[in-house]
Amino acid sequence: MSQTNHIGKAPSRVDGPLKVAGAAHYSGEFNVPNLAYGYVVSSPITKGKILKVHADEVRALPGVLEVFSHENVPYLAWFDKSYKDQIAPGGSPFRPLHAPDITFNQQPVALVVADTFELARYAAALLRIDYEQQEHETNLETKRTEGYAPGGGKIGFQPPPPPRGKPDQALKDATHSIEAEYAHGAQHHNPMELFTTTVEWRGDGKITAYDKTQGVYNVKNYLMGVFGLGKDDVRVVNQFMGGGFGAGLRPQYSVFMAVLATLELKRSVRVTLTRQQMFSIGHRPNTLQLVKLGTNPDGTLAALQHHALHETSQFEDYTENIVNWSGMLYKCENVKLGYQLAKLDIYSPQDMRAPGAASGNVGLEVAMDEMAYAAGLDPLEFRMRNYADRDQNVDKPFSSKKLRECYQQAAAKFGWETRTQEPRSMRANGKLVGMGMGGGVWDATQVKSAAKALISADGHLTVRSATGENGTGTYTIMTQIAAETLGLPLEAVTFELGDTDQPEAPIQGGSWTAASVGTAVKNACNALGEKILKLAQKPADSPLKDAKYDDVEFVNGQLRLRLDHDQAVVLRDVLQASGETQLEADSSAMPNMVKQNGYSLHSHNVAFAEVEVDEDLGSIKVTRVVSAVAAGRILNQKTARSQVLGSVVWGLGMALMEETVMDHKFGRYVNHNFAEYHIPVNADIPHIDVIFVHEDDDIVNPLGVKGIGEVGMLGVTAAIANAVFHATGKRVRDLPILLDKLL
Amino acid sequence: MYPFSYSRATDVADAVRDKAGHDGSAYIGGGTNLIDLMKMNVEQPPHLVNVAKLPLSKIEDLPDGGLRLGATATNSDTAWNEQVKARYPLLNQAILAGASPQLRNAATNGGNLMQRTRCYYFYDLATPCNKREPGSGCSAIGGFNRVCGILGTSEACIATHPSDMCVALAALAPTVRVSGPNGERTIAFEDFHRLPGEQPEFDNTLVEGELITSLDLPEKGFAKHFAYLKLRDRHSYAFALVSVAVGLEMDGDTITDARLALGGVAHKPWRDLSAEQLLKGQPATAETFGRVAAHVVANAVGRGSNDFKIELARRAIVRALKQAAEGQQQAGDVYLGGQ
Ligand SMILES: Cc1cc2nc3c(=O)[nH]c(=O)nc-3n(C[C@H](O)[C@H](O)[C@H](O)COP(=O)(O)OP(=O)(O)OC[C@H]3O[C@@H](n4cnc5c(N)ncnc54)[C@H](O)[C@@H]3O)c2cc1C
Ligand code: SF4
Repeated sequence: MSQTNHIGKAPSRVDGPLKVAGAAHYSGEFNVPNLAYGYVVSSPITKGKILKVHADEVRALPGVLEVFSHENVPYLAWFDKSYKDQIAPGGSPFRPLHAPDITFNQQPVALVVADTFELARYAAALLRIDYEQQEHETNLETKRTEGYAPGGGKIGFQPPPPPRGKPDQALKDATHSIEAEYAHGAQHHNPMELFTTTVEWRGDGKITAYDKTQGVYNVKNYLMGVFGLGKDDVRVVNQFMGGGFGAGLRPQYSVFMAVLATLELKRSVRVTLTRQQMFSIGHRPNTLQLVKLGTNPDGTLAALQHHALHETSQFEDYTENIVNWSGMLYKCENVKLGYQLAKLDIYSPQDMRAPGAASGNVGLEVAMDEMAYAAGLDPLEFRMRNYADRDQNVDKPFSSKKLRECYQQAAAKFGWETRTQEPRSMRANGKLVGMGMGGGVWDATQVKSAAKALISADGHLTVRSATGENGTGTYTIMTQIAAETLGLPLEAVTFELGDTDQPEAPIQGGSWTAASVGTAVKNACNALGEKILKLAQKPADSPLKDAKYDDVEFVNGQLRLRLDHDQAVVLRDVLQASGETQLEADSSAMPNMVKQNGYSLHSHNVAFAEVEVDEDLGSIKVTRVVSAVAAGRILNQKTARSQVLGSVVWGLGMALMEETVMDHKFGRYVNHNFAEYHIPVNADIPHIDVIFVHEDDDIVNPLGVKGIGEVGMLGVTAAIANAVFHATGKRVRDLPILLDKLL
Repeated sequence: MYPFSYSRATDVADAVRDKAGHDGSAYIGGGTNLIDLMKMNVEQPPHLVNVAKLPLSKIEDLPDGGLRLGATATNSDTAWNEQVKARYPLLNQAILAGASPQLRNAATNGGNLMQRTRCYYFYDLATPCNKREPGSGCSAIGGFNRVCGILGTSEACIATHPSDMCVALAALAPTVRVSGPNGERTIAFEDFHRLPGEQPEFDNTLVEGELITSLDLPEKGFAKHFAYLKLRDRHSYAFALVSVAVGLEMDGDTITDARLALGGVAHKPWRDLSAEQLLKGQPATAETFGRVAAHVVANAVGRGSNDFKIELARRAIVRALKQAAEGQQQAGDVYLGGQ
């Protein structure tokens, strides 16, 4: 047995001890010398103009270093292009402190910098700003007829495919049909860690930005563009993150502010947003969906139509894929999908865990439940009858798809067969009981990434790639991949990430890190392995003398012939005999387009949920959830399971409590704090079972992984909403399902 | 947050003197509410007098058979006190339904009475609020008022008092002992908090400089027939949308004495004396409960997003009365009571 087979096992986080000991440093914990503190001032109005910033009044306070606003900001890059980050949508990115115009509530309008945080905060409270207010509009309801189809712009965005078949006629001819509208309000990511940037002034125009970001290169390129900095002038670092969920994909105004102040004052500066300001940096948009379904006499789908409209800012066409999934999750010949945006006086929405899919999935999967009832079918049976073996959007087979096995295993674990179809037919503990289900589909993507591997004479391997770790387990899975590739114990491997001094990796999002960076890590280790083999072959009596790289394997600290394990050398001996102090190799990885071209690459899941409802009082308690995920090969059972647990909690939050409430009179989010923006707490979270259905897939990427960070969120929200219907007979179509909606 | 000075009082007289010597200053107990308000610049006291370490943390028997709860005893110590658990389980349940263990460990009894409303606009300086800035207007009326009141509101303010503990106290009717620049006095709990009327800036009837020193519970604890029912937007760590505290005395199936108070519905913990009268001498039946519940909400006014509270309160009253009459304990019922 090999002790260096790590992939697929369940090792604990390699960075766990650092976190527990407080030795993992987050962006706000780099206490560089002579640090000054910036505090952001946010606009209390939604639309209008700044007439005057009374900066002199607070500049006079001893210890206040400067007040930055559009009135005194230095000349910065002029073209929109310079402000566009890797995943900027179409339009003109927001430029902080650029002009007197106010285009959304809580827009950052000034930065007060002082010797201490307390002083900066106090001075910010004193800063008087005169505004001229204009009429604003923040209510999506007023824009129902003003939706428009966005152009492209953002990477990953796909306009819906053109209609197929005869969706209107087929709907008319259907044996049974349903039509319903679904809605949810804005939601904010709300990671525990606040957005913070500590910028270290290194003298001579050079800076290091310790920034809360899911993409250090994305931030570096942005800063170079905006501030006209050279490649060697700016280094961006993020080694640990207290949650991102997409909020850290784009450079936030906190990093802009901190860098601006540092360059102007030639002094290190930290900027930390407040919890309230965390509601001004992008969100899952308020979305309205219309779904129409029709069935044939045999319970197959005759027609499927799904249309979505969501909000965006006045300056950007924020886009996400909401409806496309509906064209591929079920088999249907007559499909029409529509997608529109409407402009409001708000900040641009931003990708939030399973962006688009999480929204569209609720529309589709609740509608499927409604359709199952209309057609007199069990909701699971209905889905089985409409199982898609091909992705009809692109007319290709899936590289692998074990959704059917997910349905079967999860249903068995859950005890779906004990469910009686009739709403209000199940009771326990004096309460109504409901069981519901929902499934989903998400992209399996690989993006170009690079990595570097180094091994020292004593056999310690270090691998580097500028990817991110926001709690997902990146450190651990990359360590596993590297250790297994070179046959080492986990302790002999250090994976380093989150630094623009390292080889470039993409932003950490889209559930593509495992596939993209993982493959690059594997390639870099193999490149290093080839060098090691050459060294091993130097001695005239080497047992590996004529071996090619494919003939050998690294196992248990040895390099040996695959077919004759006795022909082996000890890795450390090879390195020491070579006289080299260190060997290194760089490599990168790209998706194999030739191999992938004929296939649709996706992960799938299903969730089953049970609820108890106190009918008199409307309270809903989710009593259990079973989630099954088919996402290729699971690299680490433990961290993957944790991701799915977290996803289920997210799905539950979306179903029952999460909503950022906008007061349209002010155009302002009013529950912008953790006391009133409700996310699930322990008492809300039931027992959760996670099942991984293994898929062998060498088409998606050499590791066979599809990513696990987002797919687990799908299905959950709909399953809970459907369970509430099953319990009560009431169909709530606007989320979250708060108790008053059941009274 | 504005700069402030800070001192720690050694005894009650010292605290009162210190506060009187600093204009606009404030007492601070556990700080779980006041510090938040200071961070939001809603309150800007230039000086804080810490009273948490005053020798007022005892919970002790009173000669009249009642129980004295020291003003600086923490909410946790109060809830878990053996006397409280045995004799006033309603209070135990109400305290444990509130906030989180960490907050309850820090929060004091005096601070709990004095905590300010959770109306969103009160916390947000970007919006008008009569309670924060008299005369500026009430944003909750015509705005998002899910957390606001339905009983005893005024056109100036529809805020609620957010405490759970105080709802149980309203039912148990202690006296509040206070010490101030003009000496000591006692205030009936019923008279401690006030309705907003034209002056929502005043939450209670405390006079400037007065310090709460204790809550003196009368002997009657309704330990056999009680209920605290809290309804909220998640199962723990959320303020009540509606809560109901009930204490009954029963002779067989007949109610001989009753207390009924509501939280989350008014500017003060809402005790309804006339509803209590309606219960007395009546059989503990669904019909009685329904009639009383309808009576309590007869004059309730919804303001849009809190309209549902009228029906919710009615149903919650019926449920709580039923639970109390049946002598059902709710301990451990995370679902409705919450730990
Ligand atoms: C996130 C969150 C959730 C919460 N959830 C709930 C909940 O669900 N239910 C609930 O009931 N409560 C809840 N609370 C509120 C909590 O119960 C109160 O904050 C706490 O009781 C206040 O006590 P304290 O000692 O910390 O008061 P402080 O914050 O110290 O003071 C509050 C006020 O009381 C005054 N004060 C303090 N002591 C005295 C005294 N002896 N005499 C006169 N004045 C005094 C202060 O000057 C100040 O004005 C929550 C709080 C938070 C932050
Ligand atoms: S209800 Fe009271 S606290 Fe709320 S906004 Fe109106 S005046 Fe202010």
